[in-house]
Parts: sequence; C-alpha cells; structure tokens
Amino acid sequence: MKILVPVKRVIDYNVRPRVKADGSAVDLANVKMAMNPFDEIAVEEAMRLKEAGIATEVVVVSCGLPACQETLRTALALGADRAILVETDVELQPLAVAKLLKALAVQEAPQLVILGKQAIDDDSSQTGQMLAALMGWPQAVFASKVTVVDGKAKVAREVDGGTETLEVSLPAVVTTDLRLNEPRYATLPNIMKAKKKPLVTVKPADLGVDVAPRLATLKVAEPAKRKAGAMVADVAALVDKLKNEAKVI
Amino acid sequence: MSNYAAPIRDMQFVMKELAGLDRVAALPGYEEASPDLVDAILEEAGKFAGGVLAPLNFSGDQEGSRWQDGAVTTPAGFKDAYQQFVDNGWPALACDPEYGGQGLPRLVSMVVREMWKASNMAFSLCPMLTQGAIEALALAGSDELKQTFLPNMVSGHWTGTMNLTEPGAGSDLAAVRSRAEPQADGTYKIFGQKIFITWGEHDVAENIVHLVLARTPTAPAGVKGISLFVVPKFMVNADGGLGERNDAWCASIEHKLGIHASPTAVMVFGDHGGATGYLVGEENRGLEYMFIMMNEARIAVGLEGVAISDRAYQQALAYAKDRIQGKDMRVRGGGDVPIIRHPDVRRMLMMMKSQIEAMRALAYVVASALDHAHASPDANDRARNQAFSDLMIPVVKGWCTENANDITSLGVQVHGGMGFIEETGAAQHYRDARITAIYEGTTGIQALDLIGRKIARENGATVKAVIAEMSALDAKLAAQEGADFATIRKALAEGVAAVSACVDFILANFAKEAALVAAGSVPFLKLMGVVSGGWQMARAALAADALLKEGSGDPAFYRAKIATSRFYADHVMPQAAGLARTMLEGGESVLALEEAQF
Repeated sequence: MKILVPVKRVIDYNVRPRVKADGSAVDLANVKMAMNPFDEIAVEEAMRLKEAGIATEVVVVSCGLPACQETLRTALALGADRAILVETDVELQPLAVAKLLKALAVQEAPQLVILGKQAIDDDSSQTGQMLAALMGWPQAVFASKVTVVDGKAKVAREVDGGTETLEVSLPAVVTTDLRLNEPRYATLPNIMKAKKKPLVTVKPADLGVDVAPRLATLKVAEPAKRKAGAMVADVAALVDKLKNEAKVI
Repeated sequence: MSNYAAPIRDMQFVMKELAGLDRVAALPGYEEASPDLVDAILEEAGKFAGGVLAPLNFSGDQEGSRWQDGAVTTPAGFKDAYQQFVDNGWPALACDPEYGGQGLPRLVSMVVREMWKASNMAFSLCPMLTQGAIEALALAGSDELKQTFLPNMVSGHWTGTMNLTEPGAGSDLAAVRSRAEPQADGTYKIFGQKIFITWGEHDVAENIVHLVLARTPTAPAGVKGISLFVVPKFMVNADGGLGERNDAWCASIEHKLGIHASPTAVMVFGDHGGATGYLVGEENRGLEYMFIMMNEARIAVGLEGVAISDRAYQQALAYAKDRIQGKDMRVRGGGDVPIIRHPDVRRMLMMMKSQIEAMRALAYVVASALDHAHASPDANDRARNQAFSDLMIPVVKGWCTENANDITSLGVQVHGGMGFIEETGAAQHYRDARITAIYEGTTGIQALDLIGRKIARENGATVKAVIAEMSALDAKLAAQEGADFATIRKALAEGVAAVSACVDFILANFAKEAALVAAGSVPFLKLMGVVSGGWQMARAALAADALLKEGSGDPAFYRAKIATSRFYADHVMPQAAGLARTMLEGGESVLALEEAQF
C-alpha cells in the first residue's frame, strides 16, 4: 500500500508573525520556515504504518516555491521514501492545492492520503476535504487514531463532546489532529540518506492544473491589542458588565 | 527554567563565512559535508537539543545524580534521553566509518556539540568523555582492542571515561601512583584510586570503558613511566557479549558547585584482587597518547564556554524583553517598558552577545584548522594548520572559559534579584560555567602551555605568522567606508600592537626569567583571546558588509553583525592595552612578597 503525504512549508511556529507595512500579507522575508506541525504528524503516522508493515511506500509532496525542497528533505529525513515538488511562485490557495494533489493522486494511485487538518499559517482546513471531494473518495478528518485493516481504515476523530469512530474504505483521505501521535526526531543516518533519496520537480502546467488564485486578500491586520483587565466588586457587577458592556449574555 | 533555541543563523554564518566550510568539504574524506546536508544536520540537531535535552537541564540540576552501594542513578529522564541520543545516531557523527561512524569533519561536530553543551551541559559530558576515549583508543590501541571496544563506543551503547587524576596527582600527572602488574596472559592487574572521573559510574548505558593511567613495576619515575590501560566495567566475552563484572568500583560521587546531573566518581580499582586491564599502545607512553587526545578535549571545553554563555544569554535576553520595569529615558512621559530599553541592560546584553560571537568564531576557525591539519593532501598545509591550532587551543580553552564565568555572571545580573533565585535558572548557568576554567587544565596551565610550548619553544614562529595575518586585515578595513569600520580598524591595530609587544617580551625573557614571564601569562592568554576575537569580529564585519552589498540573505542579520563588531571594538578591545601593560610591567610585583608577607 502506498501513502501520499502532502506537506506545507509555513512560518515556524516559534516565530512571531509580523504583518507587512502595507497590510497585504504576513512578512515572510528572512523569516524561519518549517514544516506545518500538523503535517509532521501526518508524516509520522505514515511512517508508523510503514513500520507496522501496512504501508510499503511513503511519498511526500509539497507545492510552492523551490525552497519547499527543504521541507521535503525534512520529511525524507524522517523516513519518507521519495518526494515530489510541484514548483510554482503563484500564491497557492486550498482549491488549487487540492487540484494539484488530485492530479498526483491519479498518477500515483495511493491507497491513503494523510495530511494535516489545517496549516498554521492560513488555518483554512480545506485542502483535505476538497481533495476527497474531487477524487470522490471517503474522508475522515481530525483523526486522533488510525487503524488500517483489510482495505479499510478505522479512524477515531475528535468532535465536540468526544470521539467519533468512522470506518472508511480505501482509498481515502485522512487529516490529522494534534493527539494522533508525537512526531519523532530525525536520526543522523536518515538525515544523511535523505540527501540521496529521489526528489522530482514538476510544474502545475505538467499536471494540467490552473493554480491562479480565486480569492483576493483585501487586508491583513494584527489582532487588536488586548485591553487591560478590571476587577469587579462582586458577581452581580460581573453579570451586569457581561450583559450590558460586553453584551455576551 | 529556560528554553534553548540553537543559534543556527550565527552558526551557519561563522561556518560559511569565517571557518571556510566549503574548503573543509573539499578535503578528501569530507565530501559529504555539503552546505545543504550541514544545514539539515544543524536543523535536526537543534530540534533534538531544544526538544529533548534542554527540558532536562533544570530538573537534572535540582535532582542531581545519586550514589548508593556503588551504583549511580542519574536524574529522571536522563536514561531515556541518552537512549534516544544513541538511537538517533548522534554519537557517531565525527567517528571513523570503519567503526560505524559517519566520518563528518570536526567543524560540523563542533557546531553540533555546542548545541548539546548549551542545551544540557551535564548530559553532554557523557558523550564528550566517550569521544575522548574513542580518540585515544583509535590513536594508540591494537586492532584487537579497537575491534572489541570501538564499535559499541562509537554507537554510544557503551560510554567511556578518562581516569587520570588521583588525590596526589592533579595538574602534575608525573605523581600518578596507580599500579599495573603484568599477568601471564598478557593482561594487567590494575590497583589504585582515581578521583574526579566524569560519568565514571551511571545507569544510562550497559557498559563503561575506563581508560586508566598507571605505572608498571619496571617503569621509570616521573612522566616517562606512565602507561595507558583499558579497564571495562564489565568484561567483554569472545562473542562480543558482556561477561563478568570487573574489579572497578565507584566508591562515591562528589557534591559539586555545578553540573549536578553529571556523576563525578571516585573510582577504586583492584580492591578485590585486581581489575583486569589491557595495555593501550606501548608501556610508558601513556601520557604522550593522552596529550594528543587532550588537545581536542581542550578545544571541546573551550567550546563549552561558548555554549554555556549562549544559554545564559538566551535566558537573559528573554527576561529583558519580558520584564516590565521603569520608563524609557528617551521617551518623555511614556509608560513602563521592558528592561531591554534601559541602556545598561542593553550594554550587558551586548557584552554577552559580542563576546559569544567572537568566541564562537575563534573556536570554529580552530576546528576548521584541525580538519585541515588531519585531512589536507598537502604536507605544508597540514603542518601550518597543526601549528595554528596548537597555538590557539590553549587560547580557546582559557579565554572562552574565563569569559564564560563573566558572561554567565552578567546573565544573573540582567535578571536583578530574580537572577539570585535558583528557580529562575540563571544561577545554574553561572554555577555550571565555573568548572570549565578548571578541568582539562586550569587557565594557569593553559597560559603556561601557551607561553612555553607554543611560543617560546618555537621562537614565536607561529604566533608571528598569526600577527602578520591579523595585520594584513588592516588594508581591507582601511578600504571600507564609515565610522564603524574606522573604529574596528583602529581597535584591531592597537590590539595587534599589544600582542606583538608581549610576544617580543616573552621571547626576550622566557629563557632567562621564566617565572617573570609566567607571572603575566594569564593576562597574556586573555590578551590573545581578546585580540583574536577582535580579529574574527573584524573579518565577520567585512563578510557581512560584502553580503549586504551583494544583496543576498538577511540584511538585518548582517547589519547587526557589523554593529556587534563595532561594539566589541568599543567595549572589549580596549582591554588589550591594559592586559599588555600588566604582562609587560606587572611580573615583578607578582613575585615581590616573601611567603611570610602574605
């Protein structure tokens, strides 16, 4: 069984994002970038399925600038077998990525596509769902446990108020939640091997996909600064403020 | 408690722009060390250091290693962390591929080791001592010894120790009294007591390979009668598995000022009939082997000074950005501000930052020279680099560790009263740093090595070549525009003149009045460090300026590098003139008093 793991290069989670002076976007110039943490969990889950003898090959994919190669090498150092870079300098939106992934899924014919439930930069949480729809495959999103038996995946997913368990037939799309696993650290021998593993580059046009943005970003702004708190005299005063000032109850 | 984020940006800059990573990667055997692989290694090692080792630093200090009935229990989490360290293949990084190593250059291993040391100094001492034992065995051991011990030491499944010091033999190893009695089967029975044995007993690995200095019955007195032996904790069977427990026992561990998680053992050999030992190399040449190995151990401890300083800086910086106190002097009627806005707090942070960057640059440049000294195909190039690193190793060791004491102290000072409180964590770095200027040869020992073996003995040939190289930078600095470079140039010229005057003084006086020269040897070592650091910071400023003009990379980082170099020229380099005056004129007053007058 082959697993396809899409990984996104995003601003490192330790970095405090800054908005560009013209309010057009987050400033990424000379900012440390890293693999989307939810995608790290997806790579880890794929590796565990391979180590359990369920998967035979793990292929990682990234879409975007040439620098996404670094992210792919990171995934290869974690144990993935080979990598595909869909290279473009166009700003990619979830639908475009889902279409690119569809084209690759048709080519590669994986039994399972595992990816992060969302990326920490735009928080869209759309790519996995759109890919499943485009492929006509079942989807199990926000997974906190994945078991693959007899051509089916049993997926526990986090929902409001608890866990829901779904059984989906393969091929399917699974997106990962935080509690699915704890990603490993790369080993030195694997870091050294990663350099020699195959990484092919294709262009969106090679896949016949138009990646032009459909959405326009009007404005990006920092969240409003939190105002200083105030002490209230008693519960009645608190309820009054919540009702009449904050108007939340 | 504090986090550690490896300063990968500065590490890469120093490796590429100052230490010549590309030239190291061009040496035969080091072809693998391409920039993209090195970047990936730094990235992943940084994650391991920050994610696994750093969180155990504070708890390890609080809990400490404990001894009971000859066994040592390391603090919670250390055993698992060590297992992960081994599983992930880190011990093998710079080792010989013949024994399972990855064969990467010292320059790369130096940078990765800085991360281990900064994230958890007490932990890092275990692989560091193992590395030293591997080098000694690889250098002088028989093929049989190497085959028996090296693969498991390279992988990290077994750890190593260095058993040199005895109660009566510290800095002067000629006084070693441990005995080795030859047996009919070619092995030896070892008897004696060793102290200060770092990671001499522990629970993180299944076997410990002790390297022990001892005398055979026929050995001549003094340093020429000391031999080196391998004494494993558990004997190794013919099939490579572990056999009987050897007669090498840990009698206790020390209660120390710092590095509490690192067990410092008192080792007793032969209390129950004799510990089985195997001779390494030839009889009576033990100290010679040790000294070759010790060169690399000394630069590793110098690096420890860089690492612990950087950890203290990261912690102080985070606090200075977070702690709100007082108003900004430049803003009238403004609100309370983080203390990093106050000029003296900034000065302290800049003192830390600028000296750390200078120390890191010098340490990596010397590591790169060691790679050339080992692997260059050209004999002249090998000899030149060996001479340069021989000269600079006592400087890196002595200067970086003495500075580490000052820098970690500043780290406490930035915190104010909170720095004096153990829970804050700044005090731990200050306590941990203290040993670095003592072990592997105190600063005084380094300074004697510098003026005697490294300068006077060869009539100053290498140090004069280094002075010439520093002076050659003057023309490049003169060609630059602006006040920053003018200041850097003037400071370097004054520093080089100070070093030059002291070298002339050493060469003129060492033969006839060695004590007078030795009295100023530590100020001279510091002078060499300050000026060598200024030399590297000047090179860094030139490289940063060139990259700025080229328009590649991160302009904010390059501008900060130039400003930091300027700060070093203003605040650190002026020490050079004072240190030189002390060296040139201060010897007599050191020696003036009779002992009774103290």
